[in-house]
Amino acid sequence: MTSPEPMLRIARLSKRFGAFTALRDIELSIARGEFVCFLGPSGCGKTTLLRAIAGLDPQDEGVIELAGRDVSRAPPAERDFGIVFQSYALFPNLTIGDNIAYGLVNRGRPRAEIDRRVEELLALVGLPEQRRKYPVQLSGGQQQRVALARALATSPGLLLLDEPLSALDARVRIRLRDEIRGLQKRLGVTTIMVTHDQEEALAMADRIVVMNHGVIEQIGAPEEIYRQPATPFVADFVGHMTFLDAVSTGPRGVRIGGLELHVRETNAPAGAPVRLAMRPEEVRTRDLVEGEANVFRGRVGALAFLGAFCRARVEPVQSPGAAITADFSANAMRDLAIATGQERLFGLSEATLRVFPARAEPAAS
Amino acid sequence: MSAAAPVATRAGPVPSGPGARASTEARIGAALVWLLGAVLTLIIAAPLWMLLSKSVQSVDGAFVGLANFAVYATTPTLVAALLNSLFVASLSTAIVVPLAFVYAYALQRSCVPGKGVLYAAALLPIFAPSLLSALALVYVFGNQGFLKGALFGASLYGPVGIVIAESLYAFPHALLILTTALALADGRLYEAAEAMGTTRARIFRTVTLPGARYGLISAVFVVFTIVITDFGIPKVIGGQYAVLATDAYKQVVGQQNFPMGAVVGLLLLVPAVLAFFVDRSVRSRQVALLSARAVPYVAKPRRARDLAFGVAAYVIGAMIVATYTVAVWASFIKYWPYNLSLTLANYDFASFDASGWSPYFNSLKMAAASAVIGATFVFFGAYLIEKLKLAPFGRAFAQFLAMLPMAVPGLVLGLGYVFFYNATWNPLGVFYGSLAVLVVNTVAHFYTVAHITATTALGQIDPEFESVAASLKVPFWRHARRVTAPICLPAILDIGVYMFVNALTTVSAVIFLYGSESKLASIAIVHLDEAGAIASAAAMGAIVMATAIAVKLAHLAIDRALLGRLQAWRRR
Repeated sequence: MTSPEPMLRIARLSKRFGAFTALRDIELSIARGEFVCFLGPSGCGKTTLLRAIAGLDPQDEGVIELAGRDVSRAPPAERDFGIVFQSYALFPNLTIGDNIAYGLVNRGRPRAEIDRRVEELLALVGLPEQRRKYPVQLSGGQQQRVALARALATSPGLLLLDEPLSALDARVRIRLRDEIRGLQKRLGVTTIMVTHDQEEALAMADRIVVMNHGVIEQIGAPEEIYRQPATPFVADFVGHMTFLDAVSTGPRGVRIGGLELHVRETNAPAGAPVRLAMRPEEVRTRDLVEGEANVFRGRVGALAFLGAFCRARVEPVQSPGAAITADFSANAMRDLAIATGQERLFGLSEATLRVFPARAEPAAS
Repeated sequence: MSAAAPVATRAGPVPSGPGARASTEARIGAALVWLLGAVLTLIIAAPLWMLLSKSVQSVDGAFVGLANFAVYATTPTLVAALLNSLFVASLSTAIVVPLAFVYAYALQRSCVPGKGVLYAAALLPIFAPSLLSALALVYVFGNQGFLKGALFGASLYGPVGIVIAESLYAFPHALLILTTALALADGRLYEAAEAMGTTRARIFRTVTLPGARYGLISAVFVVFTIVITDFGIPKVIGGQYAVLATDAYKQVVGQQNFPMGAVVGLLLLVPAVLAFFVDRSVRSRQVALLSARAVPYVAKPRRARDLAFGVAAYVIGAMIVATYTVAVWASFIKYWPYNLSLTLANYDFASFDASGWSPYFNSLKMAAASAVIGATFVFFGAYLIEKLKLAPFGRAFAQFLAMLPMAVPGLVLGLGYVFFYNATWNPLGVFYGSLAVLVVNTVAHFYTVAHITATTALGQIDPEFESVAASLKVPFWRHARRVTAPICLPAILDIGVYMFVNALTTVSAVIFLYGSESKLASIAIVHLDEAGAIASAAAMGAIVMATAIAVKLAHLAIDRALLGRLQAWRRR
């Protein structure tokens, strides 16, 4: 048993709306018990993919297998999933208890068993003794918990969450985010969540599927996505990233104006134009020695106060046109008395620099 | 254990095509959509098709091309009726639309007190058969009328009476359109205009009128269509003045000349079809006028304006109420105008017409059946079209047929029904003259507005409900019964009441279709009037109006109860 059978397997899946290609050649495999996020900007196809998996908007081509069973052409009712929408979609004329029992009643289970299951689910989502209320009497966060309980009621093999937190207040969102993740771990239910919020995806997912223009840009663990973005799009979409036009100086070096930097690998012949990407929080300014590799002198430009940290614009002295965005903690700002107009040493560690081919795809910065 | 190998063999390209493999549920859904299309074909498309084909046939059924139209155009009496119709319809429109605009302006853009009363007064004609306003006019301006002199010797029986009565009858229809048009206004536009020091006249011309422009166009077409296709009023008060609607009746019922009746019916279809398309293009443009960020305009008190519009609105409202009051009052009078003492004798219908009270009970039965069957059928039809994403071609077809009756005046649809149910090949002919045909005709006649009401209510429900139900493996019929229908109950009730009131008051469609056992109250009014029993005709009209108003009031009460106790889930 080298590779266990995946819970969900998608192969060569495509979908078009008229001339518009919504999904192109999607290949994806999700293991049992995994929490996967589809992340991307609006219109990238993530919701379309989720709805294809659910059978709500069937794909034009490709195969979907659920627990080894080909469900490519099966209607939603013959698949095995629970779904939660951004709009909660609770039936307003039914009580909380009846909403949760909605799928159970249909299976002709005895009333007592249904009641027990509803109580159990209400306890699970932290809403005991609310079963007689109507949805309109609950807050948004509570309604979304009920929707979650309803989706889990029939113990589906797959839980689909379509932007479940987007309609909620920021605070509720963070709390519910942790609760959903905790619940998912406890039940071990394979879960796919669609989101456009990278922070949500990074915090919740075992793996993230980053999508853009109907194709998968990268699949990986949150750390991997953040630290080793496979494409400029992923680099730019997840977290903040500074992109600079540079020239390759060999297999392990690039040059920006007069500034030479060491990198892991360029994959470009010497003299070829490349794009260098770096994260603002990876720009160091403490304990640096002039003359060491990747340490340079720079001028602090405009500073933006953002609460816990300050975002600075840094111009290397050897390459005045290149603007690097750098984040400094409130601590660093105070200890080092960083101020606009100052000239000081900055350092970039080789491991955090990413090199992309020039103009492969214009980064939406 | 690796699933890869068997998967690879199965993973052939899936042929592109609509949707998933059909489940039993999907097959049932698609079958129901097509069934809906078939029923609508039978009750709407087939009769209209009969009307079209009859117009190009001779009396014995041979194809004669446009010969009937040529005969029509060269027969002076028929052409005269066409011109008469155009004249009274234009004049009524020219009177009604400006008055309704003033009235609507008073309701929406001024601080006139007692708007509820004004609103109720203006809507009064909706609850009565059209002929009741004509009967009232007979009492006021007719040969025995107490204000006969006010017409300066002109006779009421003819264009004068028709125009006044039609104006009364069409008024609420124009008002409803114009109040809606004037309700949509961005308050910020007015504030911006005032901030720039714009004069009121200029604000009216540059902000108010453009905003209401489409409503005005729509109102013009609707009033014109109502007047030109109305049968009841010209029948009662038209005298020798022939119009299209009475001509159609004469051709079909009097002379059994079906082809010529069909030609007249097609002529009546022209303004209605035109109105339908104008209305559609107007609606699509009206939406863009008001963005989601607009702040609704709220009128602030202004003495001169409020006084002027208040006086105008109350005068108009009083005239409407007075007309119907006269009709009701006259129905209790012993011998107008010589013996004004009160009596119930006019309500003893049996002494004027052999059918006695039975037409009223027929009407009640017919209206109740139309309400129940119509509301149920229209709602589930709208559900199939709006919520099931099945059988796309069948859905589009059913949607088209559902919208068609809007463009078909009752008189024209009634003619189509006559031709359809009289056809020798039609096994459904056995129903001709029965209450069943009247019910089907009424449901078809008022289908579009009811369908739009249902579609709007369904459209307001989160489309994801169906997705959730599908994920929980709940079939659509169970979901519709448990969730969708309860949520839409107020709209279903609206449809039922709309069907009931219209079934009770309609004359033009059913005048061709009733049989000896299924004579309706509105037709009894025509017969009583023909027999000279005007007071009794007014009495029948008064009872119909009272019933319609009572049902409407009961509806309001039930609606409140529904929102209150029965549907507690709507309250926070």
